[in-house]
Amino acid sequence: MSPLVSIEGLSVAFNGVPVLRGVDLALGKGEALGLVGESGSGKSVTWLAALGLLPRHARVSGSVRLDGRELLGAPAAELDRVRGGRVAMIFQDPASALNPVLTIRKQLCEALALHRDLSGEAVKAEARRLLDIVGIPDAGRRLSAYPHEFSGGQVQRIMIAMALAGNPDLLIADEPTTALDATIQAQILELLSSIRREMSMAMVLISHDLGVVAENCDRVAVMYAGRIIEEAPANQLFADPVHPYAQGLIGALPPLDGPRRRLTAIPGTVPDPANMPDGCAFAPRCALAAEPCGLAAPSLAPIANDRAVACIRAEASRRALLGIAAE
Amino acid sequence: MGRYFAIRIGRAALTIVLVVTFAFVVLRLSGDPALMILGPEAPPEVIAAFRKAWGLDDPIWFQYLDYFSAIAKGELGRSMRDGRPAIELVLERIPATLALTLPAFVFKVALGIPAGIYAALHRGSAIDRAVMMTAVAGFTVPSFVLALLLVLVFAVQLGWLPSGGQDSWRHAILPIATLSLGGAAVLARFTRSAMLEVLGQPYIRTASAKGVPWRKVVTSHALPNAAIPTVTILGFMVGTLIAGAVVVESVFSWPGVGRLLVVAVANRDLAVVQCILLLVALTMVTSNLVVDFLYGFLDPRLRARGAHA
Repeated sequence: MSPLVSIEGLSVAFNGVPVLRGVDLALGKGEALGLVGESGSGKSVTWLAALGLLPRHARVSGSVRLDGRELLGAPAAELDRVRGGRVAMIFQDPASALNPVLTIRKQLCEALALHRDLSGEAVKAEARRLLDIVGIPDAGRRLSAYPHEFSGGQVQRIMIAMALAGNPDLLIADEPTTALDATIQAQILELLSSIRREMSMAMVLISHDLGVVAENCDRVAVMYAGRIIEEAPANQLFADPVHPYAQGLIGALPPLDGPRRRLTAIPGTVPDPANMPDGCAFAPRCALAAEPCGLAAPSLAPIANDRAVACIRAEASRRALLGIAAE
Repeated sequence: MGRYFAIRIGRAALTIVLVVTFAFVVLRLSGDPALMILGPEAPPEVIAAFRKAWGLDDPIWFQYLDYFSAIAKGELGRSMRDGRPAIELVLERIPATLALTLPAFVFKVALGIPAGIYAALHRGSAIDRAVMMTAVAGFTVPSFVLALLLVLVFAVQLGWLPSGGQDSWRHAILPIATLSLGGAAVLARFTRSAMLEVLGQPYIRTASAKGVPWRKVVTSHALPNAAIPTVTILGFMVGTLIAGAVVVESVFSWPGVGRLLVVAVANRDLAVVQCILLLVALTMVTSNLVVDFLYGFLDPRLRARGAHA
């Protein structure tokens, strides 16, 4: 089956400083992919670059294909049809993501008018229906309200309604719940996954919260310093991470069942993008680093069906993990 | 909403009273009108008679109360120089001033706002840098220097335009140009930074992410937001329509309110100065009120706050 989106060698540099260094990623129709990593690892930049939403001074290279059509360097009119129409995106901070001086109706109907063949009353009816779907009560009246009249959770629901306006094949949710209270977080995630199931829409869930990703995604890609370093089905990644960084992330999570164990921390900090170490970017923090790690950056290579990892010490790391588990 | 404006109107009235009081006190402390108008050689009894006639011997608080009770009756005093009602002197100068300031206002807006928007949209480009350099030059160079520079080039060197006076529309060109350039520069810078601020906001990215074409992102998402800070500076410019050309009128010998003010201050023609200042305070305060009202219109967040205030 051909993928819905395939990203190859996607690189981004801001003012000559590389922030994305060759990302390869494919996404199937209807699939839910989690993208995890620390802030600055390039999770959001990957998708902003894919949709041409980065500021002009960003240098983007590589390839992003949607159903085989190249998006990088596509004409503006074509990108405008893709954005919001085939690929929708919602963002981290709902409070500032909606235009403060325009009514919800205006912002919602704008998206509908752009991507759906609707007019007049039909647009308004559809806007009300979308608000109903995302659980905004009294939709008819609330349409004429402004963003500041809603709570953060409600605004994120409106953002989701707006994202659904174009019946997209893919929804990119960039840290959709980071700015929200824990209880609201759960509601929004539940809403996202139920909508995804009903509309059989693919989703990319960008998050630094491993728990959120574990619950909501089929497959997870871990990013570090502008690269994907491990990719695996969600359950396999959490049960058996291979890359030392992924092991570190998961080792830092307390297990809900099983024996109590000491949580591990990853020593050091993320390297400065302007000052990347030669070779593997994680090597300076890696307990298993050996001399060859500093020579060349390892590429993402398959290690099993559906699994890939970018680490030349993958085997050693796997043994080390089993050692920890046996302890 | 009603209360929001009641508070603002109350504040505006207070501002006017303060301005007028300040002008009243400072003028009376800064020199004797009798000496200024009659000259130091005038005989003492003439000076005494002049003082008595204009009530200048009364205690200052008495003069002050007198002045306010006269204002309450719509009486703004008479010029000490020729005895005509001050308001008449001022009103007959207003058309001449507006003949400069109104076209200048139109040019400021027509030049400054598009230049600012363009510069913001092409940030870092050669045109952006050129616009900003012109803008910095435009508002760091004092208007009298700019005025003299224009006179030097267009009147003295090229001989295209007259250097002063009010005989034909050609005489208005240099004063209007002087006023427009400085104002347009301020407006361009202001609009540019307002636009840049707005273009960096997440809701602009949201609009692009839902497929709104860039041109429409600018016109229907960015501009309405950038208008809010820009309106502030526009309000200020409207407020200076009456007396914003003091320096330029003096340089170009243009018989407007500004020149009247300079002459009246030099002569300590108290009633005339006070009358002009009252008028200036009124236009300033009115345009600020209009700006407050426009904020409410442009920004629904303020509207809501006003309703609860």
